Amino acid sequence: MANLLELQNVSKVYSKGLIKPEQTTALQPFSLNMGEDDPTILTIAGESGSGKTTLAMLLLGFIKPTTGQIIYRGRDISTLRGAEKLEFRREVQAVFQDPFAVFNPFYTVDHLLTVPIKRFKLAKSKTEAQDKIDEALTAVGLRPEDVIGRFPHQLSGGQRQRINVARALLLKPRLLIADEPVSMVDASLRASILETLRNLQRDHGVSIIYITHDLTTAYHIANSIVVLYKGAVMEAGDVETVITSPSHPYTQLLIDSIPWPDLEQRWGKDKIFTRENDGAENGCPFYGRCAKASDSCKTLSPMFRIEKYQAASCYLYKDRPVVDLDKLSETLPV
Amino acid sequence: MNSIVANAKKLNSSPAKSNKVDRSAFPILDVKNLEVTYFTDAGRAVALDDVSFSLKAGEKLGIVGESGSGKSTLALAMMRMIKSPGRIESGKVIVGGDDLIELSPEEMRQARLQKISYIPQGAMNSLNPVIRIGAQMVDAVRAHMPDESKSEVYDRCINSLRSVDLPASVFKMHPHELSGGMKQRVCIAIGILLQPQVIIADEPTSALDVVTQRQVMETIDKVQKQINAAVILIGHDMGLMAQFVDKVAVMYAGRLVEVCTVREMFTDPKHPYSKALINCLPNLKNKGVFQGIPGLAPSLLRLPGGCAFNPRCESVMDICKTQRPEVATLDGGRVVTCHKFTGEA
Ligand SMILES: Nc1ncnc2c1ncn2[C@@H]1O[C@H](COP(=O)(O)OP(=O)(O)O)[C@@H](O)[C@H]1O
Ligand SMILES: Nc1ncnc2c1ncn2[C@@H]1O[C@H](COP(=O)(O)OP(=O)(O)O)[C@@H](O)[C@H]1O
Ligand code: SF4
Ligand SMILES: [Mg+2]
Ligand SMILES: [Mg+2]
Repeated sequence: MANLLELQNVSKVYSKGLIKPEQTTALQPFSLNMGEDDPTILTIAGESGSGKTTLAMLLLGFIKPTTGQIIYRGRDISTLRGAEKLEFRREVQAVFQDPFAVFNPFYTVDHLLTVPIKRFKLAKSKTEAQDKIDEALTAVGLRPEDVIGRFPHQLSGGQRQRINVARALLLKPRLLIADEPVSMVDASLRASILETLRNLQRDHGVSIIYITHDLTTAYHIANSIVVLYKGAVMEAGDVETVITSPSHPYTQLLIDSIPWPDLEQRWGKDKIFTRENDGAENGCPFYGRCAKASDSCKTLSPMFRIEKYQAASCYLYKDRPVVDLDKLSETLPV
Repeated sequence: MNSIVANAKKLNSSPAKSNKVDRSAFPILDVKNLEVTYFTDAGRAVALDDVSFSLKAGEKLGIVGESGSGKSTLALAMMRMIKSPGRIESGKVIVGGDDLIELSPEEMRQARLQKISYIPQGAMNSLNPVIRIGAQMVDAVRAHMPDESKSEVYDRCINSLRSVDLPASVFKMHPHELSGGMKQRVCIAIGILLQPQVIIADEPTSALDVVTQRQVMETIDKVQKQINAAVILIGHDMGLMAQFVDKVAVMYAGRLVEVCTVREMFTDPKHPYSKALINCLPNLKNKGVFQGIPGLAPSLLRLPGGCAFNPRCESVMDICKTQRPEVATLDGGRVVTCHKFTGEA
């Protein structure tokens, strides 16, 4: 099976300051494959600072990895030039958190949609362009007459976010990177945007990397999940398994803290724990907050395979087989 | 006490004003028929329309609604912090027997933090970055208690920090040295410095991660118990409400369309909008089901006639398009504003 996307030991270290540079490891060496033939929705989850946006920026080619390579359909994206680069720009689309950010307040919505049509020469005539726009807007559940000709401030956050998705759809991408697309949208509007994304995958064959700190939405939309903490993979697997029976203490804490809208399912059964991070700087990133840590946790744990589709980087599972970092994808169902 | 306040006390029917009665059984907070309008170039918008509810000491009320429905306006009106082009048209906000609306500006300034305190939306990002936390806290106390000695004020601040689980060392720190969760706790610590009877927290955790959110909510719960205040939590996350509050008030286009216990809300919502809100919630049992609420929240300047929810309502009837539903009190004291229930009242 050909790979749509392949990450080989990709890591990112940011350096700040010229004289005495301060280094932040935003992403530890990370490998991942996504097949070309089975479009899927993969969630990258984690709290703020865990490296999610860094990963998105790397995938889009906006920043360069410190180590490793990102291969898109057989080509290292850092080597793409000219027509190939334009092709990549069309096939890999992004939707970001703030639905306002990408809108120029002085242009109507049409502008946002016609620019990519012109740039990528997607239509031969004005009417063809208009048809494409109408089709894309309808696909995300908007009535063209409700939004065409309007300025961004005349639309709700949910409408703006759906226009972003429509814009992505217009370009018929193969891969969509959605970085916290519903975090700033009212809960009542989230459902329809998430459904739109799910339909993109199901009906239009688009693979989606859904980045979020919200495990409830991840549970509903994704097939598989990778949980990051401080740039390292804590747990990976089938979304159903990971969320209903998390194995890593960090994932357990996250799931225990979800405010489910369910009176029978109370949050916070486990007390929140902290300890001195004595000598564990290079160990498990969760050491300082883990009630179950032992001395071995002062070195980073490998990934252990717990189920066919579940693996955790935690010594509690040291009796299980080790998953090599470059085989992480084998624990992710499509 | 000045005569306006005395007058207001005479007028209000709240039983809480009597010294002989056990206060805990009566509302500490009674909001009655509150109305706020904003005057814009495009016309007059009623942002709060006949809003009434009450709350006992130790109770937690959640106010939910889409953005723009008037939640922050309600909080600001209760604090008498509505600024031009807005105006409180009418209504009462009775805290512990006194109607805040009747207080002089100076008395109202005193009442803030002492009787009622407000942790605004985004407060943690509006702490002054160049002033130490301690100085910001001392300022707040000084404004209310000019006669308290330096060491009393200091003790008060440190105690307040301790009750939100922050170390005393935070007193000497600057905001940028603190994490988001710690900054939000500082805001809570400021809010409870003078042990108010009512605390309003406007979306206190929407910018925080789930674990930090849970810690902040646990902190609010703890300080509420310590000072036996009534707490109002504003937000749009029904999950948070399920985990935290006792009562829920649902706001739509400036009106409270339903007020009931959290159990009633989750097991038997009455108003069609509440029903839709409950149905669109993702939980563990409905994976992959996406049920949004069709249509959009209306603009306050162009409210649909009759019931403002009628264009989006599944149960809409003819009367809903022409006649505004009145507030109906159902069995058990829950309140619904919908024509389906006006007959039952
Ligand atoms: N441009 C940058 N320069 C320096 N550090 C950065 C930069 N962008 C992100 N970081 C750091 O990298 C880490 C991961 O950040 P980010 O990828 O934004 O995480 P997330 O999206 O999960 O919140 C954080 O510690 C952050 O402070
Ligand atoms: N200063 C103002 N001038 C005019 N309209 C305002 C002003 N502040 C708020 N509004 C309007 O009042 C309504 C309620 O706003 P708000 O109370 O902030 O809602 P919420 O907190 O529920 O998001 C909105 O429609 C908003 O446009
Ligand atoms: S009054 Fe009518 S339109 Fe409004 S919520 Fe009730 S049934 Fe629906
Ligand atoms: Mg991010
Ligand atoms: Mg608000």
